[in-house]
Amino acid sequence: MNAFAQIRQSLIIALWFMFITFPVLVVRVNTIEKVVEWRWLNMIYVGIGSFLISFVWRYFLERKAQGGKEDTHPAPATATEKPFMQRLMAEPRLYRPFLIVLSLFGLAFPFLPFASTYQINIVTNALLYIMLGLGLNIVVGLAGLLHLGYVAFYAVGAYSYALLYYHFGIGFWVALPIGALFAAIFGIILGFPVLRLRGDYLAIVTLGFAEITRLVLENWNGFSFGPSGIAGIPRPGLFGMEMDLHQGTIYIYFLMIALCLFTIFVVNRLQNSRIGRAWVALREDEVACEAMGVDPTTAKLTAFALGSTWAGLAGVVFAAKTTFVNPASFTFLESAMILSIVVLGGMGSIVGVIIGAFILILLPEYLRAFSEYRMLLFGMIMVVMMIFRPQGIIVGIRQIYEFKKVAAKEGNRQ
Amino acid sequence: MMEPLLDVKELTMDFGGLRALDKVSLQVLPGEIVALIGPNGAGKTTFFNCITGIYKPTGGNVFVTPPGKKQRRISGMKTHRVTAQGMARTFQNIRLFPEMTVLENVMIGRHCRSRAGVLGAIFRDRATRREEKDIVDKSYAILEKMGLAGEVNELAKNLPYGAQRRLEIARAMATTPFLLLLDEPAAGMNPRETDVLEELIRRICTEENIAVLMIEHDMRIVMSISSRIYVLDYGKMIASGTAPEILANPVVIKAYLGEEDVDVPAS
Amino acid sequence: MDYFFELFLGGLTRGSIYALIALGYTMVYGIIELINFAHGEIYMIGAFTALIVSSVLAFAGMSGPSVLFLAASVAIIYSAAYGFTVEKIAYKPLRQAPRLSPLISAIGMSIFLQNYVMLAQTSDFLPFPSLLPELPFLESYGLKIGSSEFIILVTTAVSMVLLMLLIKFTKMGKAMRATAQDRNMAMLVGVDVNRTISYTFIIGSILAAIGGVLIASHIGRINFYIGFIAGIKAFTAAVLGGIGSIPGAVLGAFILGWTESFATGYVSSDYEDVFAFVLLVLILIIRPSGLLGRSTVQKV
Repeated sequence: MNAFAQIRQSLIIALWFMFITFPVLVVRVNTIEKVVEWRWLNMIYVGIGSFLISFVWRYFLERKAQGGKEDTHPAPATATEKPFMQRLMAEPRLYRPFLIVLSLFGLAFPFLPFASTYQINIVTNALLYIMLGLGLNIVVGLAGLLHLGYVAFYAVGAYSYALLYYHFGIGFWVALPIGALFAAIFGIILGFPVLRLRGDYLAIVTLGFAEITRLVLENWNGFSFGPSGIAGIPRPGLFGMEMDLHQGTIYIYFLMIALCLFTIFVVNRLQNSRIGRAWVALREDEVACEAMGVDPTTAKLTAFALGSTWAGLAGVVFAAKTTFVNPASFTFLESAMILSIVVLGGMGSIVGVIIGAFILILLPEYLRAFSEYRMLLFGMIMVVMMIFRPQGIIVGIRQIYEFKKVAAKEGNRQ
Repeated sequence: MMEPLLDVKELTMDFGGLRALDKVSLQVLPGEIVALIGPNGAGKTTFFNCITGIYKPTGGNVFVTPPGKKQRRISGMKTHRVTAQGMARTFQNIRLFPEMTVLENVMIGRHCRSRAGVLGAIFRDRATRREEKDIVDKSYAILEKMGLAGEVNELAKNLPYGAQRRLEIARAMATTPFLLLLDEPAAGMNPRETDVLEELIRRICTEENIAVLMIEHDMRIVMSISSRIYVLDYGKMIASGTAPEILANPVVIKAYLGEEDVDVPAS
Repeated sequence: MDYFFELFLGGLTRGSIYALIALGYTMVYGIIELINFAHGEIYMIGAFTALIVSSVLAFAGMSGPSVLFLAASVAIIYSAAYGFTVEKIAYKPLRQAPRLSPLISAIGMSIFLQNYVMLAQTSDFLPFPSLLPELPFLESYGLKIGSSEFIILVTTAVSMVLLMLLIKFTKMGKAMRATAQDRNMAMLVGVDVNRTISYTFIIGSILAAIGGVLIASHIGRINFYIGFIAGIKAFTAAVLGGIGSIPGAVLGAFILGWTESFATGYVSSDYEDVFAFVLLVLILIIRPSGLLGRSTVQKV
C-alpha cells in the first residue's frame, strides 16, 4: 500500500471513530439539572488518536501476517532479543546473579527507608496476585480450560477463614489448609459435571457459577452476613507475639513471599511432571490426548482442583490481610483481572505470570492518573495480546532433556 | 486357528438418518499387517473412530484379545480406556501436540503405563523419579528406532512433514500397544519417504511384534505390505482377502473405477 | 389467578427482551462459533445512546413520539456501528486462531466497552425517560396489560417476523445460512464471508439495540453494567434453546423469562439473578445441545 492510500485509510478510520464515539464521549447529559455538556475536545483526541493508532495497528498486523512462520526460523529482527530472554531463563550462569540480586532486594525491601506501611501493602497485594495468577495459570495456561469464575474459589477461601474464626475462633494457620481444602472440594464439586463441556461453554458456566456464589454471599444474611460482610478477622499470629500495624504488615509481606516461593516451587514441579505434560497435551489437542491414553476428565479435574486450592489459599491470606471480607471483593472484574495477568504474562509461563502481576497491579498504583483506567486497560490488554502476541510476554519454555548419545551424534556431525 | 487380536462383529454407525457403517466385520490376527481400503467417504476413518471409542457405535460389537489375556469387549469403552487395553492409533490429519517437544509428545504415550500423581509430582519421591526416568528412557529408545533421536528437544510443530508422521507413530508406540491403527500413514509422502515408511511398518510388525491395521490410499504400499486387505464401500465391507485376490475381485474394481478396467500397480 | 397472570405477563415481557438479545448471540455463534461476550455491551450502548439522544431532545423542548422515533433510530444506528467495529477489531484478526483466543478477546472487549461507557458517562444509574406512549385503548378492551408491556411484545413479535423473512428470503439471509453450515464451502461458491459475518453482527446489534431501548424505557433507569447481566441471561436463553438455532433462542428466552418471573414471584426475589444462572448450569450439564439444538459430531 502506498503512503497516500495509507493516509486515506487512516483518515477514514479516524472519521469513523469520531462518529461512533460521538454520543458517549462527547455528549454528557445531566438529568438532574437538565443541561447538556458538550465535550468537543474528546472528539479531537479520538480523531488524532485513532489516526495514529491505525498506522501502528496496520503495521503490526502486516508484520504478523508476514511472520506467520517466524517460529521455525527466528526472524533477524527479533534475533537479538529472543534468544537473550530464553538464554537468561535457561542458563544458570546468567539467571543466578539476577536471582540473587532480586531475592536480596526482596528481603531488604520492607526495611528500606521509602518502604512505608502503604508501600509494603501494595507489594504484598501484588504478591497475592502472583499467587492467584499462578493458580489460574494451572487451569488456563497449562490445561487450557478457560476459567472465568476463579474469584469464587478465592471467595471460598476468604469466607472459610472469616466464618471459621467468627464461629469457632479458629486462627489463621489452621484456617489456611482448611480454606484451601474447602476451595478444592468446591472446585471438584463444580468441576465434576461441567468439565465435560466444550471450552466456551465451560467459560460461561464458570462465570455463571461465580456470580451465583457472589449473589448467595450477598443475600444469605444468616450465613454470610450479606453485603456488609464480616469484619474483625485477625491477622496471622507468630507464636503469640504482639505486633503493631507496621510490623504486622511486614510479617504478612514475608508470609506472602514464602507462599509465592512455595507456589512457584509446586507449579514448576507440576508442569514438568506426568500430570503437567498431560495438561499441556490436553490444551494442545484433546482428541489426540485422549487417544494416547490420557483420561481427560481426571486430568481436567486435577487441574481444576489444584487451581481452586491456590485460590483458596490466597483467599485466606486476603481475609487475614484486610481483616474484613464482603461480597464486593469478589466480582467478575476480579476474575478478569487475574485472567489478564495470565494472558499478559504468558499462558503456561511462571516468570511471565510474575511479571504480568507486577505490571498490572503495581503500575496502576504508582501511576495514579492511570488507576481510574485500569479496567479499561485490562480489557484492552486482553484484546491486543490475543491479536498480536497470544503467547504472552514470556513464552512458556518446555523442559530440555539431554542425552549423551545425542551429544555424541552432534559432535560427530560437526 | 489363532485367536484374533481384534474382532469386529457387525459394527454399525448411524449419523442421524445416514448409515455410515453397515454391519462391518473385520479381524486382525497376531503378526498381521491388515489394510483397510476403499474410496473416499467409504467410512474408513469412521470405522477407526468407532473402534477407538471416539464415536459410540450404534450397533455391533468390538472385542480385543491382548496376547496372553482373555478376550474383552471394548465397544462403548472410552477412548483412553481403549488405548490402555493396548490399541493405539494415529490420525489422518496429523494431530501432534505442536507446542510440546518431540520427546514430550512420545512421553504422553507413556501416560497410561505410569501412575505418578500430584503428590508424586510435587515431592518427587524415589518411585516417581524412577518412573520418570523410565518414561524418558523408553520414549527416547522409541525415537531412536524411528530415526528421530536427533530432534528430541525440537518443538513438534517445527518438524518436517514426514518426520511428523513418524512422530505420530512413535507416540502411539509409546503406549506399548499390541495393535497399531494407522490412518493413512503415507498420505502426502513422496515415493522415497513411502519406502522408508513401509520398511518401518514392517519392522514394527516383525521386531516389536505389533500387529498393524492401516487405512491407506497408496496402493503400492498396500499391495506390497499387507497380509490381508479389507475393502469398504459406502459403509459396507464388500471384499476381503490377500492382495492378488483383491486385485482380481470384480466387485472391488467396480467400486473403485465404475465399469472400467482397473489399473493398480502391483508390486 | 390475577397474580399468576401478572407474573405470566412479566415473564413474557422479560422473555421478549431476552429473545431480542439472545438472537444476536445465537446468530453470531451459528456463523463463527464464538460466544460474543461483548454483545451485552452493544445492548447497553444502544440504551445509553437512546438515553442521551432523548435527553438532549427533551432539553431542547421536544416531546412525543418523534423523540422515541429519533432516539430509537440513533440507538439502532450506533449499536450496529459498534457491533460492526467490534467484530472488525477484536474477532476478524483471530479467525484462524485457536478457539480460546477470540473468546478471551471477546471478554476483553466486553470489559473495555463497559469501562469506556462508565468513564465517559457515569457509574451511577441514570433515569431513563419514559419514551413509550400510553395506549388508552388497551383498557377499553378490558385487557390487564400495561401499554409499555404491550409495545414490547408487539415490537418483539414484529422484529422476529422481519428477521425470519430476512433469513428465509433475502440473498443476505441465504449467504448467512450457507456460511453457518460450512464457511469454506460458502466461500468457494462465491459468498463474501467477511461481509456476511459483518451483516450478522449488524443485525444482531440492531435487535439488541431495540431490546435496549424497550427495556430501558420500561424499567426507567440504566447504568453501564446492565449489559453484563442481561448478556449472560440472554446467552443462557440461547443455550437453553440450542445455540445456533433461531427459534431455539426465542423459545429459550421465554422459558427463562417465565422461570425468573415465577421464581421471583413465588419463591424469593432476593435471588432473582441466581435462577437464570442455575438454569444455565443445569441445562449445560443435562443437555448441552439445548432444547432445539442438534448435537454435533466432532470431526476427527
